[in-house]
Amino acid sequence: MTGPLLLGVRHHGPGSARAVRCALEAAEPRVLLVEGPPEADAVVGLAAHEEMRPPVALLAHAGGSGSRGNGRERSLAAFWPLAGFSPEWVAIRWALARGVPVRFIDLPAANSLALAAEQASGASAAADPEEFTSDPLAALAEAAGHEDAERWWEDAVEHLDGPETDQPLRLFAELEEAMAALRADAGRVAQRDALREAHMRLRIREARREFAPERTAVVCGAWHVPALRERATATADRSLLKGLPKVKAEVTWVPWTHRRLTRRSGYGAGISSPGWYAHLHAVPDRPVERWLTRVAALLREEDVGAVSPAHVIEAVRLAQALAALRGRPLAGLDETTEAVRSVLCGGSDVPLALVHDRLTVGDVLGEVPQGAPAVPLQRDLERSQRTLRLKPSPESREHEFDLRRETDAERSRLLHRLGLLGIEWGRPRTPRAGTGTFRESWVLRWEPELSVRTAEAGMWGTTVREAAEARASARAAEADGLAELTELAERVLRAALPGALPRVTRALADRAALESEVGRLASALPALVRTVRYGDVRGSDPASLAAVAYAVADRVRTGLPSACSGLDAEGAAQLRTHLDAAHRAVHLLDQPSVEAAPPTALRHGAEQPQAPAAESQAPAGELLARWRSMLRLLGERPSVPGLLRGRCSRLLLDDGELSAAGAARHLGLGLSPTEEPTEAAAWAEGFLSGGGLLLAHDERLLALFDDWLTALGPDAFTAVLPVLRRAFAEFEPGVRRTLGELVRRGPGGTPSPETTTADGLPGFADTLDTTRADAALETLRLLLAAPVPSEEANR
Amino acid sequence: MIDTQRPDATASAHPVLRSHAEDAFAEELEALAAADDHPRPAGWRLSPRAVSTYLLGGEAPGAQQVITPKYVGPRRVVEVAIATLATDRALLLLGVPGTAKTWLSEHLAAAVSGDSTLLVQGTAGTAEEAMRYGWNYARLLSEGPGRAALVPSPVMRAMGEGMTARVEELTRMPADVQDTLITVLSEKTLPIPELGEEVQASPGFNLIATANDRDRGVNELSSALRRRFNTVVLPLPETEEAEVEIVSRRVEQLGSSLGLPAPKGAEEIHRVVRVFRELRQGVTADGSTKLKSPSATLSTAEAISVVTGGLALCAHFSDGVLRAGDVAAGIRGAVVKDPSADAQVWREYLESVVRERDGWKDFYRACRETE
Repeated sequence: MTGPLLLGVRHHGPGSARAVRCALEAAEPRVLLVEGPPEADAVVGLAAHEEMRPPVALLAHAGGSGSRGNGRERSLAAFWPLAGFSPEWVAIRWALARGVPVRFIDLPAANSLALAAEQASGASAAADPEEFTSDPLAALAEAAGHEDAERWWEDAVEHLDGPETDQPLRLFAELEEAMAALRADAGRVAQRDALREAHMRLRIREARREFAPERTAVVCGAWHVPALRERATATADRSLLKGLPKVKAEVTWVPWTHRRLTRRSGYGAGISSPGWYAHLHAVPDRPVERWLTRVAALLREEDVGAVSPAHVIEAVRLAQALAALRGRPLAGLDETTEAVRSVLCGGSDVPLALVHDRLTVGDVLGEVPQGAPAVPLQRDLERSQRTLRLKPSPESREHEFDLRRETDAERSRLLHRLGLLGIEWGRPRTPRAGTGTFRESWVLRWEPELSVRTAEAGMWGTTVREAAEARASARAAEADGLAELTELAERVLRAALPGALPRVTRALADRAALESEVGRLASALPALVRTVRYGDVRGSDPASLAAVAYAVADRVRTGLPSACSGLDAEGAAQLRTHLDAAHRAVHLLDQPSVEAAPPTALRHGAEQPQAPAAESQAPAGELLARWRSMLRLLGERPSVPGLLRGRCSRLLLDDGELSAAGAARHLGLGLSPTEEPTEAAAWAEGFLSGGGLLLAHDERLLALFDDWLTALGPDAFTAVLPVLRRAFAEFEPGVRRTLGELVRRGPGGTPSPETTTADGLPGFADTLDTTRADAALETLRLLLAAPVPSEEANR
Repeated sequence: MIDTQRPDATASAHPVLRSHAEDAFAEELEALAAADDHPRPAGWRLSPRAVSTYLLGGEAPGAQQVITPKYVGPRRVVEVAIATLATDRALLLLGVPGTAKTWLSEHLAAAVSGDSTLLVQGTAGTAEEAMRYGWNYARLLSEGPGRAALVPSPVMRAMGEGMTARVEELTRMPADVQDTLITVLSEKTLPIPELGEEVQASPGFNLIATANDRDRGVNELSSALRRRFNTVVLPLPETEEAEVEIVSRRVEQLGSSLGLPAPKGAEEIHRVVRVFRELRQGVTADGSTKLKSPSATLSTAEAISVVTGGLALCAHFSDGVLRAGDVAAGIRGAVVKDPSADAQVWREYLESVVRERDGWKDFYRACRETE
C-alpha cells in the first residue's frame, strides 16, 4: 500500500457504514481523518460521551458575541448532521473507543462560512452553470443502466453483505475507480470542491507526517477520493488556499432529528428515508421481514386495519418476488413499500402515508450532553437580554409593556418568539389597567430547564428570530387543526416574524379549503380577523392573511345554508353562536376602517405569488353585501330552524337592511299560527336576544308578539315558557320594565298619548280618520245585519 | 350465464369484431416465449420478466419482434401485478372507470396462461353457479348426479387446467356470491358436496379480479375476501394533456358513431378536463389553492360523457360549436351526486375558483344558471 487508506462513502449510507467499520477493523489505522470542519477537532471527544445520542449535528457558526451589527439579521451557520448509521459517525465512534485520534480535514468553517456569505451578498451570481453540481451517483447509476441513483447505490453498495465483508477494501477500490472515471468525464471540478480537496490533501499530508504514513485512514465522500489520491504539491495546494476570506467561526454539537435529515444540509443532499436506513443499520439479519413486522405493528397500533401475521408473510413474498422481477439482489425500500401498499393497505395510499411518516422517516430526536459548548442561539438570547435589560431570574416577576415604546415592543417580540420556540420564559396575562391593544402584561420566570430547551432549540437557527421563524414554519406544516393554525398566525404576527408568515398563511388557506365543518370555519374566523386587525395596528403587512380571512368568510357564507338544514335544537343553538361570531367578524373585516387600508394592501397581496390572490380582489364592502344576501336567504327558508331564521332577521334589522315593515312581516311569518309553538318560540329567541329595546320602540312588533303569545293554548304556553324566559332574561332591567308597562297598558290598544312619540307609529296617523271609517260602516251593517249604534257602543 | 362455452377463436374462420388478446398479439407472445430464458413459475407460459416486457413494451431479447406497449402508465403497477401473480396470490385491480382495469387483466391472463377467456362477468344478478358449477338438469335426471352432469364455471375450469381465471366487476356481485371465492383462494380447492368430491387447483391457477370501489351500488368486499387479494390501484392519467387527449379522441369516436359532427370548441374540452382534475385531486391546476373533493368519482369516462352530451346539445339545438352552456348542466350532474355535501363543494368551487379565473366568466355564468 502506497498511500493513505481512503474510504469513499456515501454520507448517511448504512451499507457504507458497515463497510467502513470492516475496513477500519482490518487496517487498524493510527489516525482517522474525517470530512468535516477542522474546528470540530476540539469537540469531537464529546461523540464518545455516554449522553450523546445520534442523530446530532456539528454546528459551525460565525459567532463572536455582539461582533456583528444588528442590521444583518441573517446569520452564518452550517450543519453537518450525523446519524447513528452514518459512516462518519461509525468511524468516529470506532476511533474514540480505541483511543485513535480523530481529525476533521475539510475546509475550515471559518473559510467556508465566509465564502458562503460572499456568495449570498456578492450579486448572488447564482451557481455558475458549468459547475458539475449534479449528483455524481446519478451519473454513475445512469452509466450502469439504472434510472434511480438511490436504488442503484443500494444494490451496489448498501445491500452488500456476506462475501463482500471479507474483502472490505475491494469495494472502496472499485468505487474509487468509478469515481475517477466520472470525474474525468465531468471535466473541470467546481471551484469550491477544488478548494476543499486542496485543504484535505494538506491535512492528510500533515497527519501522515505526524503518524505512520501508511496507517492513516480517511473517511470522506466517495466523490473526493480520486482528488485526494492525486499527487499535487503542497505548494500548489497552499497557493490555492491563499487569501481566502475568513470569519471567526465556532463549532458545537446540536441535537438533530430524523425528519431534519431528510433536508438538504452540510453533507450534500438530504436522505429521504432515514428511518429505513436506521433500521438496516440496527437489525442483525432479515431486514425485510423485520421491517414488515414493524409496519404491521404500527398499522395495528393505529387501528388502520386488521393486519395478521399471514399478511406479513404475503407481503414479504411479494416484496421478494418484486425484487426478483426487477433483477435486484434483495428487496429494498421500494419493493417493501409496494408490498405494504398492495397487501397491508389494500392498495390505498392513506395508511401508507402514515407508514412513511412514522417509520420510513421516523421521529427520532438526538441528544447532546450538557458539556457541549453553548449554541449560538443561547448567546443571541443573552445578548438580547442584555440590550433589552430583561434579566433571567428564577422568581416570578411581573412586567407591563407599552407597545408604543420601542424597547417594550422589542421585549414583547422576544418573549413571543421564545414562546414559539417552546422556551416559556414569559407567560402573557390580561393587563391590569387599560384595555388598549398597545398594552401587554407578562409574568417572567426563568426555570433551569429553559436552558436545556434553549440548547435543544439550537437546531432551528442561530438567532432567536431565525429559530422562531424556522420553528413556526415547521409547525405550520405539521399543524392539523384550523384553530391551531389561526392561533399560530396570531403568535407569528405578535412575534413579528414576517419570514414565517407566508408559510403559515399558506397552510391556513389549505386547511380552510379542506375544512368541511362550517362551525369550525366560523369559529376560526373571529381569531383570524382579530389577527388581521392586530397586524393593521402594528403596521405589519397582513395582506395575505386578510386574503385568507376573506376566503374563509366566503367559505362560511357558501357553507352555512346547507349546514343549517336538518338541525336539532342543540345543533341550532351551537350554530347560532357561530353565526353571531362570524357576523361580527365579517363586519370587522369589511368595515370602512379596514377598508381604508386593504384596497392598497390587498392589491399588494395579489402580487405576492403565494397569497391566494383570487379572493383578495373582491372590493371591500362586497363581502358584506354577499353576506347579507345569504342572511336574507336563510331568514326566509322554511327548512332552517326557527332560532336561526329569527337570528338572521334580527341581524339584518340591526344592520339597517330590513325596514320596520319588513321586520313586521318576518315576525308575522316566524310566529304564524301554523308554526309549531316551540319552533316559533325559538324564532322569537333568535330574534329578540341581544336587546329588547326593539320591542319597546316598535309597538307593532310588540303587538304581533303579544297576539301570538296570548293565542297559545295552555300546554303550548308551558312548553315555550323556558325559551321565552331565557330570551327575556337577557334584556336590561329598564327595557324589561318598559315592556311590562306597555303590556299592562293593554294589548293592541290605542296608544295613550303619553307613551307614543309625537308623530305616532310609522305608517299611521295620530288619530282615526272618521270620515273614511264611516264609509265602511254601511257595508259592515249589511254584512252583520246588526244595528249600527250597538256596534259602536261595543267598541 | 351458467356456462360460458369456451369460444374456439383460432379455429373460427369468420372475421370477428374484436379478437382476444392472445390472438391479436400471438406473434409477440410467441417471440417472447422463444427468447425467454428466465425461470417460469409452474404453469406459466412466460417468465415474469417476459410478461412485464409484453405489457410495457420493448424488444424480445434475441428476436427481432418489437413488442408494443399494452399498458401506458406507471411501471410499478405492472410489476406489482405480475409479482403478485407469481407468488400465487390473487390480484385485485381497483380503479375508477376508464383506467384500463379490464384491458390490463385481459393481457395479463393472455401472457401468463395464454388464454384470457375464462371470464366471469359480475352483475347484480350473477349467481353462485357462475363462480362454482351448475348442473345440466337433463343429464342429472337421466343419469343421476355425477361429473358428467356437472357444468363447470370458468373458475372451476381454470383450477382444473392451471389457468388464470378472470372476474370482472367483482363488487357488482352480491356479497354471498363474492364469498364463494374465499375457499377457492385460500384452500385452492372447490368442494362439490353433492358428489363428495372436490376440484383441486393445478399449479398455475390464479385469479384476477377487477373492481370499482368508488361507484355507487357496489357491494363492499368482505374483509375475509379482501385479505386474500393483493390490491393494485390503477391511477388516472397523470397529466392534464394526456387526459384531454384521451377525452377528445374518445369523444370523436363516439360522436361519429352517433352521427354527430366533429367537435368544434376544443377549449371547452380542456375546461371540462380541468374542472374534473381539479376537483378530483383537490387542488387547483396551478397548485395554489386546495379544494374539497366531491363524493363523485369524476372518472375520465364521465368527462367523456359530459362532453358527448354537450356535443349532442349544441349539434341539435344550436350552431354546433361547443360552448360553456352546453357542458355546464352535464358537469353539475357529474359532480353533484350527493345533493347537500356535493352541492356545497360545487358552489364553493364556483365561487372561489371559477369566478376569479380569467376567461372563465361565461363558464361561471352558465354554471350559476344551472344552480
